[in-house]
Amino acid sequence: MAEAAHHYDETMPLEYRTEESRLNILGFWIFLGAEVALFATLFATYLVLFQRTGHGPTTADLFEIKDVMIETLLLLTSSFTCGLAVFEMRRRRLTGLLVWLLVTLLLGAGFITFEVREFIHYVHEGATMQTSAFLSSFFVLVGTHGAHVSLGIGWMTLIIIQLLQRGFTPRTARKVFIVSLYWHFLDVVWIFIFTLVYLTGMVM
Amino acid sequence: MKWSEFFVTGEPLIYAADVSIVLTVIGIVFILTYFKKWKWLWDEWLTTVDHKKIGVMYIISAVLMLFRGGVDALLMRAQLTAPNMKFLDSQHYNEIFTTHGTIMILFMAMPFIIGLMNIVVPLQIGARDVAYPYLNALSFWLFFVGAMLFNIAFVIGGSPDAGWTAYFPLAGNEFSPGVGNNYYAVALQISGIGTLMTGINFLVTILKMRALGMTLMRMPMFTWTILITCVLIIFAFPVLTVALALMTFDRLFDTQFFTMANGGMSMLWANLFWIWGHPEVYIVILPSFGIFSEVVSTFARKRLFGYKAMVGSIVGIAFLSFIVWVHHFFTMGAGAAVNSFFSITTMAIAIPTGVKIFNWLFTLRKGRIRFTTAMLWSLAFIPNFVIGGVTGVMLAMAAADYQYHNSYFLIAHFHYVLIAGTVFACFAGLHYWYPKMFGHMLNERLGKWTFWLFMIGFNVCFFPMYFLGLMGMTRRMYTYSAGLGWTPLNVVATIGAALMGIGFLVLCYNIYYSARYGERDMTGDPWDGRTLEWATSSPVAHYNFAVIPEVKDLDAYWEMKKSGKGFEMDEEKLKPIHMPSNSGRPFLISIAFFFAGFGLVFKWFTLAIIAAVFIILGLILRSFDDDDGYYISVDEIKRTERLTRKEA
Repeated sequence: MAEAAHHYDETMPLEYRTEESRLNILGFWIFLGAEVALFATLFATYLVLFQRTGHGPTTADLFEIKDVMIETLLLLTSSFTCGLAVFEMRRRRLTGLLVWLLVTLLLGAGFITFEVREFIHYVHEGATMQTSAFLSSFFVLVGTHGAHVSLGIGWMTLIIIQLLQRGFTPRTARKVFIVSLYWHFLDVVWIFIFTLVYLTGMVM
Repeated sequence: MKWSEFFVTGEPLIYAADVSIVLTVIGIVFILTYFKKWKWLWDEWLTTVDHKKIGVMYIISAVLMLFRGGVDALLMRAQLTAPNMKFLDSQHYNEIFTTHGTIMILFMAMPFIIGLMNIVVPLQIGARDVAYPYLNALSFWLFFVGAMLFNIAFVIGGSPDAGWTAYFPLAGNEFSPGVGNNYYAVALQISGIGTLMTGINFLVTILKMRALGMTLMRMPMFTWTILITCVLIIFAFPVLTVALALMTFDRLFDTQFFTMANGGMSMLWANLFWIWGHPEVYIVILPSFGIFSEVVSTFARKRLFGYKAMVGSIVGIAFLSFIVWVHHFFTMGAGAAVNSFFSITTMAIAIPTGVKIFNWLFTLRKGRIRFTTAMLWSLAFIPNFVIGGVTGVMLAMAAADYQYHNSYFLIAHFHYVLIAGTVFACFAGLHYWYPKMFGHMLNERLGKWTFWLFMIGFNVCFFPMYFLGLMGMTRRMYTYSAGLGWTPLNVVATIGAALMGIGFLVLCYNIYYSARYGERDMTGDPWDGRTLEWATSSPVAHYNFAVIPEVKDLDAYWEMKKSGKGFEMDEEKLKPIHMPSNSGRPFLISIAFFFAGFGLVFKWFTLAIIAAVFIILGLILRSFDDDDGYYISVDEIKRTERLTRKEA
């Protein structure tokens, strides 16, 4: 960062132009590496515990594929719109960028709404975090992902405000790029949750 | 909750601690006010983003924690000196061995290493700061408030008492109903987040901010070890984060992860803990290997023998460190196949470690050795660490481990590797780099006193424990009967512990003495060093290098000196230097973390939520902060450089 203002490289995309931006983007990739380790541990915990249902319901008793499919579609589409946002940023179209970010946000919020509804539904059926080791690990794994998405929504809101205030700068561009990395990462995690938790749970 | 439950009561030792804590706080406040130092404290330390100052704060914290953990150790030794002692009761003893272990690993060894790496790594690679100075400050303060939160447990609410490994079901609500283990879960979580961010920060720093010409294979060995350590941190600490989070859920919200009923699995905790825990011991030992490499090569006046083999063995050790964790609980009964696998991987670690030992020995061979204090610690490390390593291979044999498991043999083993490895390295590094931190040397004569007292005391204390273990003494027992025949060796061990304590006091006196009378380092290169940190002035200017050096070889500064030029600065080449601004926000966010943690420990969720709001507010403010730092003008650089270089 000490060299931040130097090494300004006109040939790079806007988000990569300053040294500070390049460092931050690399650092965020590495942070995502740590996040992979974090979710891997949660998945391992879930896979160890998911058949240990105690007196509580099993996966097949609990999951309903319809809600989960809606959540999946919402989140996967939001990843696509997030990609479109970065595409618009590369074309230097502020309005396009803002619109697609906003769409991404709304899809993310929709995902969270359905997830919260799903959780409430389970709790009403008596399947709480305290019921069994399976449910503890289920709620913590899926809940950690949900908390990440919620945090991403708040974060993206801040970036939209900054885009409205400041327009395209190397800094705002970098922030958009990094939040998009984060958003795609959450999408990847969800694919694993969908497969390992829900699909496996419906089959087993 | 009643006040008598909030504060720990009923123990004379605790009351004495209460009084000394209050007096110390009053003393600090009085001194800061009397000498009008509050502003200085805020401007120079609490808001700093300078890696060197952050490093110094890490080391000060580590020395304080060494004191706390050392007092715990001496209390345990006092209790065990004679059979049937009534000095500590079993509960108090449980608390003390728990805090001793946790503090020594996480709040002493880790910050000492991280402190040295903060100070040295940017200098060694010819950088002006780390990649993210602001994040670096946040890392430190998170570690610091985590440590403080853990340390107040013994007077407020009660210490954790389930061992530093906090195995379930013992650490669960059923068998540990107090708040003690909540402290463990929350305080470690907070400081662990700080450590993870340090790992990312230094990995990017080393990968991206090296001076021109410093290829990976021209990096000093200490920097290499830190690079690999960062990778270990990045992949190991998230596991701890999850394990502690699950523990917190079990304890605060009655989930069923590690419980005995409703499907919980207590051994899952042991597995998660050691998947982090084993890499963790390499996180503190690899940088130590790096420190010894620097010191041995400097004071043997030779290039490090087998540089490439050293790098290869660090990478090998780092890889193996992730696939050995089951050796901590061979007796769990995972079966012969599993135990054999982990037995073999564990023994395999001896191969790259052995390579390193021979490399140090060959570096010494035909060297012109100078017996400075730093060098003495490094020379003592080799035989002592080998003793620890060989007994480690004995423990690695799964079948034999059924005899050694949880005995004092194990205690002796891991103290031989952790003290002779990490603690010796911290002391060696402290003596070696002290002039870079403060501009004066640590006194050599007092340093050697510390060395001999501590090193002899260490062996007197821990060598008998191997035999106590073979005689059947198990760890964590708070007393024993006279007929067992363990008394003489226990007396010997306590004498050794006292010698180590005296050695530590001499070290503290040395810090004071050297600050007053210590020799100033005018040259910036008091040891005739080989790497770039010795090309700076002592203490280092806050921009580190007026001109970024160009590296042509391994041992860059040595090569510069050999070509007769040293590190020259062409005043024409000076440009304004960009520096990051100070910020009080990392400190304030960390204070909020402290209160959030405190709220969670006592299940005062309102407090926790309010503090969490402040944390989020701090993050939002940071997001909107567009402070781009400032520039140091060429004139100012010239003035500083002339001032510091004139005497050279």
